[in-house]
Order: sequence, then C-alpha cells, then structure tokens
Amino acid sequence: MNLVINEEQQMLKTSAKEFLKNRAPIEALRKLRDSKDPKGYDPQLWKEMAEMGWASLNIPEAYGGMDFGFVGFGQVLEEMGRTLVASPMVSTCLVGTSIINFGGNTMQKENFLPRIAEGSILLSLASEESNAHRPLKVSTQYSKTDDGYSISGKKVFVLDGNVADYFVVTTTDASNASANGITLFIVDAKSEGITIEKKIMMDSRNAAIVTFDNVKATEADLIGEEGKGKKTLEKALDIARIGLSAEMLGSMQEAFDRTISYLKERKQFGVVIGTFQSLQHRAAQMYCEIQLCKSLVIKSLQAIDTDSPMLPYMASMTKSKVGEVLQLITNEGIQLFGGIGMTDDEEIGFFMKRARVAQQTFGDYNYHLDRFARLSGF
Amino acid sequence: MDTTIQTDLEVFRMETKAWLEANCPESMRTPVKKFEDIYGGGSEATFDNEDQKIWFERMRDKGWTAPAWPTSYGGAGLNKAEHKVLKEEIKKLGCRSALWSFGLTMLGPALLEFGNEAQKLEHLTRISRGEVWWCQGYSEPGAGSDLADLQTRAVDNGDHFLVSGQKVWTSYADKADWCFCLVRTNPEVPKHHGISFVLINMRQPSVEVRPIKLISGSSPFCETFFDETVVPKVNLVGGLNNGWTIAKYLLTHERSMIGGISEAGQQKLLSQIAIEMVGLEDGKLADPVLRTEVAKWLINGAGIKWSMERMTDEAKAGAPIGAKSSFFKYYATELNKDKFELMLSMGGFEGLQWGEDYLDGKLARDMCRTKGNSIEGGTSEVQLNIIAKRILNLPTK
Repeated sequence: MNLVINEEQQMLKTSAKEFLKNRAPIEALRKLRDSKDPKGYDPQLWKEMAEMGWASLNIPEAYGGMDFGFVGFGQVLEEMGRTLVASPMVSTCLVGTSIINFGGNTMQKENFLPRIAEGSILLSLASEESNAHRPLKVSTQYSKTDDGYSISGKKVFVLDGNVADYFVVTTTDASNASANGITLFIVDAKSEGITIEKKIMMDSRNAAIVTFDNVKATEADLIGEEGKGKKTLEKALDIARIGLSAEMLGSMQEAFDRTISYLKERKQFGVVIGTFQSLQHRAAQMYCEIQLCKSLVIKSLQAIDTDSPMLPYMASMTKSKVGEVLQLITNEGIQLFGGIGMTDDEEIGFFMKRARVAQQTFGDYNYHLDRFARLSGF
Repeated sequence: MDTTIQTDLEVFRMETKAWLEANCPESMRTPVKKFEDIYGGGSEATFDNEDQKIWFERMRDKGWTAPAWPTSYGGAGLNKAEHKVLKEEIKKLGCRSALWSFGLTMLGPALLEFGNEAQKLEHLTRISRGEVWWCQGYSEPGAGSDLADLQTRAVDNGDHFLVSGQKVWTSYADKADWCFCLVRTNPEVPKHHGISFVLINMRQPSVEVRPIKLISGSSPFCETFFDETVVPKVNLVGGLNNGWTIAKYLLTHERSMIGGISEAGQQKLLSQIAIEMVGLEDGKLADPVLRTEVAKWLINGAGIKWSMERMTDEAKAGAPIGAKSSFFKYYATELNKDKFELMLSMGGFEGLQWGEDYLDGKLARDMCRTKGNSIEGGTSEVQLNIIAKRILNLPTK
C-alpha cells in the first residue's frame, strides 16, 4: 500500500491545522491550567470539533459517523498533538468508540455511537488498577444478583474520569476468581456507588481514581459475553496505542520545528548557535529518528484500516519507538533552548510534560518492547 | 484505464516468465553465497562455472543485463512498467543477477545523464556486454570526507590531459580496465569549481595499483597512482570543471545503494539467530538485556525499511529524495554495525574465531568489515552535516 496520504486526507489535515492554530493553541491549554478549570477541557471547543465530524471519524455511517478511516483520523490526531489540545478525543473516540464498535451489540451501538458522534456524551475506559499499565491484570469483581450484576473495585489513571458520562469497566467473575476471563460493562458515571476523585496530571489533563462500590449493572450493560472481553479490550487498546502515537508524532514534530527555529535565531559568541556542528549533528539525528516514527505511524494506521492480523505487533513497535523518540526530542528541546527552556513562559516545556503522560498511557517503552518480543516468540 | 496497455503488459509478463523459466539454469536460481557467484565482467574475467556463462550470455543477448537502457547501447529499451515486471519475475523465480558491476550501477546512470552520444555508444555498450571492468577514482589520502579538496591534477596537453596524483579506496582497481575519476583541472578557483570528471584507461604503464589490507583481513580496496597518465580529451564527461555536479549525482546514487545493503543481505531474522545462539527460558530470550537490544534493533530495522518505502512513494508523488539519501545512508549503516555487534555477542567464544565460517559468513571478519560502512561513501558525520545543511537549513555561519 502506498505510504503517502491521499488528497482527501491531506485536505482534512490542512483544515485541522488551520482550525487548531486559531481555536486551540497551547495558550488555550495554559488558560485551562491556570484557571484551575474543574472540567479540564473546553466543552465548547469539543462541540465545534464534533460538528466538524472529528468525533465520528471512526464511527460507521449507519450510526451517524463519517467512517473516514484511520489514516485520515491519524492526520487530525497528529495536528492535535502539535498544539497539545486537551480534549476527550483519546478517551472517548479512540478507546470508547472502539470498544462499542468491536464489542458492542446493535442496541449498544445505536444507543452510544450517534451520541458520541455528535459530541453529546463522553466515554472513558476504567481498566488500570496497579501503578503501571497492566490491562489484563484485573481484580475488580462482578457478582450476579437477582436483577443483574454488582461491580466492586478501584480503578486508577482513568482518563477524563472526572467528566465522563459512562465508564467502560473491566472486571472478573467473583464466583470464579481463578478463571482468566475479562468481562466488560458499560455503566453510567452517575450510578450509585461510584466515587470519582479527580487528579491533575503533569500535562494538565484529566485523570481520575474511580471507585466502584456495589455498582448495579444489568444484562444490557454487558459488552459482549461474560468472560470474553479480552479480545475487544486488546483490539481497542491497540487502536488507541496507534492513535495516541499519531498524536505523539505531531507533538514531536512541533517540538522539533520549534527547536530548529530557535537554533537559527539564538546568538552566542557572536553567531547563531545553529552554526555549531555539535548542535547540528544532534538536530540531524533527531530528524532521522522522527522519519522512522512517521513511517511506523502511517504503516500502523494502515494496519487498522486493513484489519491486519499484524495489528498487535504494529501497535507495540510503534508505541515503543514513538515514546522513546518523543522523550528524546522533548529533552533535547529543553536543553537546546537553554535557560529559557526551563521557564514556564516558554512553551517547549509543555511538550515535555505531555510526552511523559502520553508515554505511560496504554503502555510505555518497556512494556511494548517486552510485548513485541513476546509476540515475536523471543 | 487503458485496457490495451494492461493487456500488453500482461502478455509481456507471460513471455518474460516463460523465457526466464526456459533460459535460467537451475543452479542460477539458488541464493548468492559469495562474491564470485555473480559475474562481474571485464577483460580479465573468468566464469565461476559453465551455468554462469550460459546465463550471462543469454541475458546479454536479450539486452537484459541493462534492461532499461536503449537498445543502441546494448540494453533492451524497456519502459518503467516493463522493467518492474521483469524485476518481479526475476525475483519470483529467484534468479541471480547475470551481471553486476560499478559500470552498470554507477557509471552507466551518470553517462546516460551527462555523457555525449559518442561516449554513450562506446562505453555503455561495452558495460552492458560485460566487456569492461570499471572502478571509481574519488577519495585521496588528503581528501576523504572533504572530497572536493582532491589534488590529483589533470594538465592540459593539447588533445589530451596528463593526469598525476594518488587515489585511495579504489574498489577492485587491481581488476579494473577503466576508471571514472575526479581530477583537478583548475587549481585557481574555489575547490568545487575546478574539478572535472574523466574516464581513464587503466591499462597503461603510468598507472600503478597496490591492494590495501583491512582490519577484516582481505579487501577489494586499492591505492592507485597516476604518473602523467594520458587521458584523451574525448574522455572528459559533462564539460570542463563541471565534475562536482556529476560527483554529487553519483554519490547520492551510491548512498542509496549502501543504505540498501543491510536489508538486501539479511537472510535470517536477528531474533531467530538470537534464539538459536542464546536459547529461550520460559519463552523469553535467556539474556534479558540482549532481548531488549534485539527487539529495538528489529523495530529500527522495520522503521528504516518503511522509511525508504515511504520516501520512494513520496518521490513518485513529486517530493524528490535528494538529500534524504543521507538519512538512509547514515541510519542503515549504523544499524548494520549494531547488527554485527549483536551477532558477535551472541556468537560467544566460537564467533571470535578468525576467518571461520559462522552464522552464514565469516562472522569475526564480517563484523570488522562493517566498521567501514559508516566511513565509505561519505562518513556518518558527513551525512549528518548534509542533513543539517540541506534538509534542516541550519546556517553555516
């Protein structure tokens, strides 16, 4: 398959760039942060993004979506990474939509997808329980009751947990703790027994600790079959890993562009510092690493669109490489900006902070190197 | 879509397949193991075996040693689509190259671009027919990374030049009939503007060649000395003092070629070698640090492969590769060095034995040889300079 985006995808990318430059520059994130906004994102902005169809790029047309394909979706994510937009895109569209789309029944799709598409509800996956990404290690339990199910457990690092309307929660069977199955429920965030504790992360975005204490669910809230949620969960996570990598690719390119511009204007010893060969070589090495990331990301986006059996490999290859390189670029960014790079006034620091949270979201560098090796049989 | 063209191409594919099946000897369809497995041509050339001779002669007579060159120069005049079909069918059947030489891969493209009709007729024809072995006279003892500082001079002597000076790292100069060479024709102007590209007949007493021994033991490299060597002016290519343009064109070519080596030579996945050499414990490579290194290497290997694909696709869409070949060259050669370091470490004590066959080659020697990958064809540092200057537009002063 050709590794160049087509005209339609290019148009979407250009319009996204234009919109975000005016409507959601990094200044907007700074304002959300400084005003200690309780929501942590701009609902009006999200509404506008949804009106342009961005919340429905991966929703089938039958459910009110654009069904634009992930190579196209990736272009929007990349541009969002460039301006570090705080939005529910990752939690609701990448993860939420994927889970409903691949694991949900017709009724659930009809119920949730059109509302996600129009931007009127937010979803969030509540899966993490330990202090690092271990999506398949679940101790939150469900038990059967007379009129359905009861869920209890504690979830951490629930993205946009403070503003979500629904949680997709991963559970195991309380009556059969040794069974390795995962069961997915979708529950209303306002259900009795749910406690949400908002946490402010270093990238100024939302995450929450969500506690489920005998939360009631019915048969209709079950996504797929009992004990068989692993496949849906893994697929949604792989899609989210690749989508997030596209966002991270945008962030690394923007941070790099800003660093290169700075090298061309900052003067020391009577010359611009970009003339120094030691800095030129570091810049050139970063350029090379970014090229690899670009290629991995577009290959992976294509793998989603073609429903490739290689998807898990691709997701882990891409997330690990992109995470490693974004860390490099953001660190070098601050170093090459020098003292000014350490100040809060200069925006380069925002990229470093976002990079660290994105790195650990859906599995960091080490997690994915290990997973890639395991999937490859060594 | 034009169905006639489609049909013509399908017919061409069927004919090509049938011809290859009928004409490529069975032994020429096995993987290449050593240098001599592919015929290189030249006035002193010998065939490794009878099948190699048959295969070469049949391909030569078909014009398929240089399929895309015009028939008047010994090619087959195939268009791009046909050439692609031929390559695909050759690959499917696993046929070896019938001829491989610097003449075909380097001088040929340069002559097609910059040579005059007489030069094309004479030299391209002899290259495609495998009659001449060419070597490349670029680097000098004092002009390595700073290639444009070369001092070998060509003095105007009427209808010919007299060339004097020393070249180094001339691959296979000891076998070469001719040399395409960069010489200084004007020492008075800035260095890039006083260089010319000339074709030198190596079969004259004023040319002396001495082989160089490398850290890997043997090597194809030589030192070449010219002492008032006669070069008729008809052998000047692309005009006087215009040699740097051709040199840059060829270097871009060479960089993409070297960049492609690590991919082409790969027979077995690095992870497979690691499993065989180090073994698994609970399904994981027994050495956890090595496991991480191998995983990283494989991801980077895929990344550079797909980057070449992507940039080739982008070139077709109108964004030329240009200086991006420096990225391929830098990254692929550094990766190849890493790969051999990893293999040597997996190979343990046995892998250290000098000159013994190990892991599909002579591992210890091969590993030493990879150190040159990031030096020849422009060092890694020079590639980084080019990226900084020509892609990132960082200022020089």
